[in-house]
Amino acid sequence: MVKVVLWGSLKHAADGQTEVDLEAENVREALDALAARFPKLKPLLDRGVSVAIDGVFYRDAWFAPIRPDSEVYILPRLAGG
Amino acid sequence: MTELHQQGAKRTFKLVGTRPLRPDGIDKVTGRARFGADMDAPGMLHGLVLRSPHAHARIKRIDVSKAERLAGVKAVVTRDDFKLPADSALADICRNVMAREKALYDGHAVAAVAAVSKAVARKALQLIKIDYEILPNVTDVDAAMKPGAPILHETLRTEGVEPKPRKASNVARRHEFGHGDVAKGMAQADIVIERSFKTAATHQGYIEPHACLASVGPDGRGDLWVCTQGHFMVRNTCAGLLGMDASQLRVTASEIGGGFGGKTTVFIEPVALALSRKAGRPVKMVMSRNEVFRATGPTSSSSIDVKIGIKKNGRITAAQAELRYQGGAFPGSPVEFGAMTAFACYDLENVHTVGYDVVTNRPKQAAYRAPGAPMVAHAVESVIDELAKKIGMDPLDFRLLNASKEGTKSSFGPTYGPIGLRATLEEAKRHPHHTAPLGPNQGRGVACGFWFNFGGDTCVSLNINVDGTVGLSVGTPDIGGSRASMSLMAAEELGIPYEKVRTIVADTASLGYNDVTDGSRVTFAAGMATIKAARDATTKLCARAAKVWGIPAEAVVWENGHAKPAGPNAGNFAPMSLAEIAAVASSTGGPIAGHYEVNADGAGVSFATHMVDLEVDPDTGKVTVLRYTVFQDAGKAVHPSYVEGQYQGGAAQGIGWAINEEYIYGADGRLQNAGFLDYRIPVASDLPMIDTVILEIPNPGHPYGVRGVGETSIVPPLAAMANAVSAAAGTRLTELPMSPPRVLKAIMENGRGA
Amino acid sequence: MSEIHVSTKINGDAFEYLCDAEESLLDVLRDRLGLTGTKEGCGTGDCGACSITLDGRLVCSCLVLGAEAEGREIETIEGMADGDDLHVLQKKFLEHAALQCGVCTPGFLIAAKSLLEANPDPSETEVRYWLAGNLCRCTGYDKIVRAVLDAATEMRKA
Repeated sequence: MVKVVLWGSLKHAADGQTEVDLEAENVREALDALAARFPKLKPLLDRGVSVAIDGVFYRDAWFAPIRPDSEVYILPRLAGG
Repeated sequence: MTELHQQGAKRTFKLVGTRPLRPDGIDKVTGRARFGADMDAPGMLHGLVLRSPHAHARIKRIDVSKAERLAGVKAVVTRDDFKLPADSALADICRNVMAREKALYDGHAVAAVAAVSKAVARKALQLIKIDYEILPNVTDVDAAMKPGAPILHETLRTEGVEPKPRKASNVARRHEFGHGDVAKGMAQADIVIERSFKTAATHQGYIEPHACLASVGPDGRGDLWVCTQGHFMVRNTCAGLLGMDASQLRVTASEIGGGFGGKTTVFIEPVALALSRKAGRPVKMVMSRNEVFRATGPTSSSSIDVKIGIKKNGRITAAQAELRYQGGAFPGSPVEFGAMTAFACYDLENVHTVGYDVVTNRPKQAAYRAPGAPMVAHAVESVIDELAKKIGMDPLDFRLLNASKEGTKSSFGPTYGPIGLRATLEEAKRHPHHTAPLGPNQGRGVACGFWFNFGGDTCVSLNINVDGTVGLSVGTPDIGGSRASMSLMAAEELGIPYEKVRTIVADTASLGYNDVTDGSRVTFAAGMATIKAARDATTKLCARAAKVWGIPAEAVVWENGHAKPAGPNAGNFAPMSLAEIAAVASSTGGPIAGHYEVNADGAGVSFATHMVDLEVDPDTGKVTVLRYTVFQDAGKAVHPSYVEGQYQGGAAQGIGWAINEEYIYGADGRLQNAGFLDYRIPVASDLPMIDTVILEIPNPGHPYGVRGVGETSIVPPLAAMANAVSAAAGTRLTELPMSPPRVLKAIMENGRGA
Repeated sequence: MSEIHVSTKINGDAFEYLCDAEESLLDVLRDRLGLTGTKEGCGTGDCGACSITLDGRLVCSCLVLGAEAEGREIETIEGMADGDDLHVLQKKFLEHAALQCGVCTPGFLIAAKSLLEANPDPSETEVRYWLAGNLCRCTGYDKIVRAVLDAATEMRKA
């Protein structure tokens, strides 16, 4: 079980929750589990997000590993200029 | 002028960290280098765009018949020539590139022609008849949010609010970040300051206008020459808009005359391809400067409220901000990055930021260095400055007391690893600039800034030539001198002289997908790929030497540009140089190459502190910058001259944003200053030398410790300038740009002259 | 409207071309003569990227008509090096990393050369004011000014 934190605006699609406990060993599993538990979240996740695991940012990295004690944040997809 | 300060375990580099001449330099100082508008093709036509003169209008009818019949006109395209994609983000780009039901801003493309000469094309534009139904317009972000404001998109409903709204709005999205209990934190504070700030839209101001040469053959295959920050992105986007397979479109990146984020999307390229397809001939399109201002992607203008509470000793107890950004006619302003970065420099228990993404009748915004961050840093760092003054604390000490460090929970969520913020503040404190004396009407300002940096898809291919030279192909356009850095890293890994490596930017047919050059990612990601590709090559080179010597491959190591037996037991063979192995490559198995494809992660975050001294003329309000110092962490400066160049360039753009530059709209919604005369960017006589201090706190996610540097340097200057002007003028200014009329008014009403 | 025939000298070579009455010299150089080293940044004389010299005088070629080149002598960036021998200014720009994207560089080099012909020992302020008509968005001008001052020193020694 790992705790995943959703950035504040996503809580509206996650029944008001920002911290969710999930079974997931990588980013893909975490996103799938979130979409399964909160169907309203799926289109927002599909649009693209960044995932920060222990302070390191990932964009589109399905198999980035998540450990049970990892700090996991779902954040807007980073862009730069 | 520049100091280099290193922390942590150091690897000794032979080449990385030196300052050789860049490989593309000679072509650029002789005029040989080919930029977007420097290419021609036989039979080429010239393309021009007809643009809406109205800020908001329904397009009832388009009649191109007379234009089509004009001698010398070979193709005309309108919205009818573009099929709206299903994907909403791509559909917005399609609408931006060619208006459909409505013209949404002054300059919005409504039709385009391709003709045998620019003169004929201009005549053809005049023959196109458009029936507009002019609608009320709105260009101010706060005005666009008010009930009763003209609505741009009838189907737009605000996301991120509950319950789901049923009425159309200009507010596309609401974002929210933070942790803790801000109300409680504010109640605990001894002092609370609350202020509102405004910043104007600015343009990246690259000197090279957008330009491309498109050629689509009767078989539907296309070639595109274009100045861009991402030719793979251009390929995919244009293919999507034209209904082509990506593999049928080959895009070559020209040299690029500046981008800063403004060339990370498409504007005229799909139009040029559509014209070429229709005409059956190559079409060249070059934007005029007027078009660049009106119809490419300036930044958002913003309206921001900040409230911060502190204890008497200076420790922040709570911080909150509400950000309102307009991103032009389509959703997608970078307000969420603003909301995330607002308090990123501070170690906070209670923090809350809300951001609203608003649409207005302005061109669709594009990234400008660290998108969304400079505006909110201006607001937050101004309040921080005021709080420090209120308790009589040095502004650097105040920041040090509250600065984020390793282990701090950031204001956007994740915990920081090793970061360089405190180091930049401590360097700033130690620096002679900090204690230099100031004269009358002079003020000093400091500010901190943060940016994420990221990695992304990157492919690199490294080929060993028979003569021992090396060809390196990268897929990231060179906007800052990156070919020099890639050559340095390849030469370092291979152990050969820098002059033996030639780096080119390959076209989309020659490499796998590469993300755009943005996010300060090239030295980090393409550098990482280059290092790994070079290591791939040295593994293969060792294997060849092993074969020649008849020993196992594991018994050979690569050292100083040579394959050597790993130890005395492996055998007594004289080392083979890269050139020697390359010379016999054909006989030992074939050509030798290394490559690496990766979605690079592990880009470190980046912090900077800026310090500026300036003088305000109390009679005219003119601001003169006297001294400027940038303190920024680069992780590892591969080519220090180009790291300095990024720091200086970002600071100069920030100075312009702070005191000169703004988009000025009339009540009719038309842009009034669409040229370099009235959109005033800094010139050489406006600036002093810009001093730089490069810190090196290695990023553990990169083989050499590299952190991206290109964007962070634009985050602190707006605030540093505002703090300095406010100090010099004797009163707080809260609206940018601090142009002479604004500064004069502030002085006369509240300041020293009042 | 028929085209105008022009005979002129560019970088020491004789050139002949036809151009429309309203065509700028910049357009002629780039589109008719293939001399694309001179750049268009604005078309209105505000950015200096199109800088050339006309009978030794520094001008914006976007503000000169193609027809006005008749019988005159023009120098562009393509004529600055002597074969493969770079001009001191070109060398100094490379050494000082005084270019990033490089699109403003031809204009700056022509303008700087013109400065040093008029004033071989300029102060930093004089360099900055002379070059105020050339816009650069990448560098913040620091390294450009240093390169010009260094070139001036070296040229005075020669």
